[in-house]
Amino acid sequence: MSKYLGTPLSEKDFEAVVKEAAKPSAKYRYTTGIALGRFLDELRRGRIIGTVCSHCRRVYVPPRIYCSHCFRELSEWVYVRDEGTIQTAVLTYISTTRERIEKPLVVGVIKLDLPEGYGDYAVDETFYPGVMHYICGATEDDVKSRRIFGKRVKAKWRSEKTGSVRDIECFEVIP
Amino acid sequence: MKMNTELKQRVAVVGAGLTLFRRRMLDTPKELAWIAAKQALDDAGLTLKDVDAVVIGSAPDAFDGVHLKGEYLSEGAGGINKPTMRVYVGGATGVFTPIAGWWHVASGLFDTVLVVAEEKMSSAAKPHPQYVFRYIWDPIVEKPLDPNLIWIFAMEMHRYMNKYNIKKEDIALVSVKNKRNAVDHPSAQLPDPNITVEKVLSSETLVWPVQQLDISPVSDGAAALVLTSEKVARRVTDNPVWIDGVGFTLDTTHWTNRELAFPAYVRRAGEMAYKMAGINNPRREIDVAEVYDPFDYKELHHMEGLGLAGRGEAPRLTREGVTQRDGDLPINPSGGLLGVGNPIAAAGLMKVAEIYYQLSGKAGKRQVKKPVYTGLAQAWGDLMQAGTVIVMRNT
Amino acid sequence: MIHNALKQSIFSEYMPRVGIIGVGWFGFQPETSTYSFREMTYKAANRAYMDAGGLDPRKDIDAFVSSQEDFWEGISIADEFAPDQLGGAMRPVYTVAGDGLQGLASAYMMIRSGQFDVVAVESHAKPSDIETLGDIINMSMDPITMAPLRVRNPHALAALEARLYMHRTGATEEDLAHIVRAKRNAIKNPRASFAMNIGEDDYLGGEKILDPLRRLDVAPLIDAAIVIVLASEEAAGKFTDTPIWVRGVGWATETSQWELHDMEYPLHAATAARMAYKMAGIDDPQKSIQLAEIDNRYSFKELQFIEALGLSPRGEAVKLMRDGAFEPGGRLPINPSGGALGEGVPLEAHGLARLLYAVESLRGDQAPAETAVIHGWRGVPTTTSSVVVLGR
Repeated sequence: MSKYLGTPLSEKDFEAVVKEAAKPSAKYRYTTGIALGRFLDELRRGRIIGTVCSHCRRVYVPPRIYCSHCFRELSEWVYVRDEGTIQTAVLTYISTTRERIEKPLVVGVIKLDLPEGYGDYAVDETFYPGVMHYICGATEDDVKSRRIFGKRVKAKWRSEKTGSVRDIECFEVIP
Repeated sequence: MKMNTELKQRVAVVGAGLTLFRRRMLDTPKELAWIAAKQALDDAGLTLKDVDAVVIGSAPDAFDGVHLKGEYLSEGAGGINKPTMRVYVGGATGVFTPIAGWWHVASGLFDTVLVVAEEKMSSAAKPHPQYVFRYIWDPIVEKPLDPNLIWIFAMEMHRYMNKYNIKKEDIALVSVKNKRNAVDHPSAQLPDPNITVEKVLSSETLVWPVQQLDISPVSDGAAALVLTSEKVARRVTDNPVWIDGVGFTLDTTHWTNRELAFPAYVRRAGEMAYKMAGINNPRREIDVAEVYDPFDYKELHHMEGLGLAGRGEAPRLTREGVTQRDGDLPINPSGGLLGVGNPIAAAGLMKVAEIYYQLSGKAGKRQVKKPVYTGLAQAWGDLMQAGTVIVMRNT
Repeated sequence: MIHNALKQSIFSEYMPRVGIIGVGWFGFQPETSTYSFREMTYKAANRAYMDAGGLDPRKDIDAFVSSQEDFWEGISIADEFAPDQLGGAMRPVYTVAGDGLQGLASAYMMIRSGQFDVVAVESHAKPSDIETLGDIINMSMDPITMAPLRVRNPHALAALEARLYMHRTGATEEDLAHIVRAKRNAIKNPRASFAMNIGEDDYLGGEKILDPLRRLDVAPLIDAAIVIVLASEEAAGKFTDTPIWVRGVGWATETSQWELHDMEYPLHAATAARMAYKMAGIDDPQKSIQLAEIDNRYSFKELQFIEALGLSPRGEAVKLMRDGAFEPGGRLPINPSGGALGEGVPLEAHGLARLLYAVESLRGDQAPAETAVIHGWRGVPTTTSSVVVLGR
């Protein structure tokens, strides 16, 4: 006697058997708190801010009020230059809902330059202040060939800012 | 008199069960859990009455569409009127659930524990299950960018490729190996005896460098294990498989602040498990491994994290056939997530079940060629953060 | 059939104990808009580690357990956001999707396995961030048999149960009115945002929201973060002279089908308590327990739980309550904190809130209790209880 292991359904049969469908309404207002509240506020002013742990010499972007490394409470803030280096970049051909988009977009992780006066603070491949964002001024080939790795970029700010990470339109490759 | 707290209560896996893994199943989450749990109990020659506690593993509640999913699953998982607990570390849950099961027994509190993992991703039908991954990002600094889950994998894959100069062709070999291995797995969703590197490389590009056939599918499925104390194991089976090492680590939430080319969190988890199991040279001492492969490059990435290959070296081992079933270090003889399917938590537990099957000689056509004594199962999860590792032995 | 799970051998007197060496909290307000949930947890963690004698989580703590649920957080895989604020980045950290007391039970088992010496347990809640609470609770009901009913106010389930309970046991609204004693007792509790100096007449004159429940019968939600540090006996000795011992833990789920659970006598609480008492070597809780902090997020539930936890003979909870047996000076003080009715319910952190108060009491100077029992449920539509027995 064979064991029952479940009944697979085709997409068509799945649609036919589903009797209960619900779209949950799960909505939240996410409290930004001290660190991200200030971060968003500064973005509205066209600046990137981070917090600093002088004890273990790390600059945190996105900022937080606790040092992930040594657990000290952080109250020192610093403006970080809106320029950096591309750590990794990819070409997206799909949207959040997995639909194909017409023209691929470049997204990646940008390691931000350490601010003036913090040049000797910890930054290497295992720790750096950095953010994910869109990258512009790069071609599909720049990404596929990986020439884009290590390229220098600078934030392209929108003229109308609302206090969001989208106040930066993208990080633009510096030619 | 001080008790020696290092004295281990040996914990054994004495039974396993799996449903089919498919894109859509008729069975409800509870039914899927029950099928796997019943099978595991039957495999162990035990009944629900023998079960002292239940540990449930299931990843985002949003897939099944039920909040407090552990409560909901307790029925199908045998947890009625028993101590039932749900644990959750994202994708790493499947290997973490038996780790939690391990301390349920090793603590001395319970003799027989049922470990059940379930996921029904098809329930998140509209617009597409993948949409659920929209909510795993930081709601304040990441979600506003409208990210897709595949972005983060693509970014990590590209960084890994760039750092060690790895070609897509070599990475695709993993997909080929695993989908071919999956032909012999009774639960397999995407077995493909004819898949080639060329087919992988000509599949739809989703987020370069990730293409469709680089990725494991969306799935429904469940898996279960029965864990017992040594006393019970010796009573119910002639070949218990011992859990000799467990390890788990969660790296910082801020994945944009660290090196993605090497999974340090997997290394830490591995070190923890190796230390417990008394393993000094994993490459030599691990005979067979199930390494988490939601994407093909991840198998390579995790092999290096686990110390089964030097940094940047895993592609070469794959190319040389070392990781085939008849190789010196078989990796993912089950067919992995790429071949068998990825009902998140159940997928990880499927891998632990595979090591149990391999070490107890019950893997049938999937049984690796070399004699095996020590096996390893590993899973990954969260935002490139979680590593969970189990080391098992049959002696 | 209730399954009795434990082996006898663990009660050997040579088994090392597990103790609570540090506690910390933050919030306990209907809204804490200044701090994000992570920042709240950081503050609670700092306090707990200082309370434990100045622990450095980067060196002294072996693992971290977080009790949280995705849909309370509004984040899928909320586990991702657990480590840093606890000092757990790149350390063994995981999430128990359950009440904080289940997280504590898990930590307890980890230490008893011999592989971990010091484990931190956290749970936090920020319901003030949730905009569609009713819809989310609806999502926890069975998607086929119950959720489609689209119960507008989930408290209706509690009201249904209260009506059945009162019908079966003969409890009256006047009996429920006694619950105001919890709100009055809470006045002495600095964490009790909902303490009220009211009498039973105020209660009986109050409007009903869902018959038979009045507004005062239902505990509101609050934001809070709580961190508890557990240690093996040996490790505890390095950090404190006065650990509070975890003498027993128990937890149980009764059913997934809420409609079928026992609405008169919560079996899940009885099962969980039986396990915890057995571990603690307690045969008669009415004799051995001097303090109880139990779930009273709905007034009538306190009566149910008193009996299910064996703190009164079955059917006598109301009478003993009227006689003052459960008052702070009484035979067995129950919820001197006011419980959830006084403090509010911090979602999955509620169990730890009860434990927090009990630990503070046991450490106290004024004739503290020797042994306390802590109990938490998880609210409608769950049928899960967790129980912890603490001793000095």
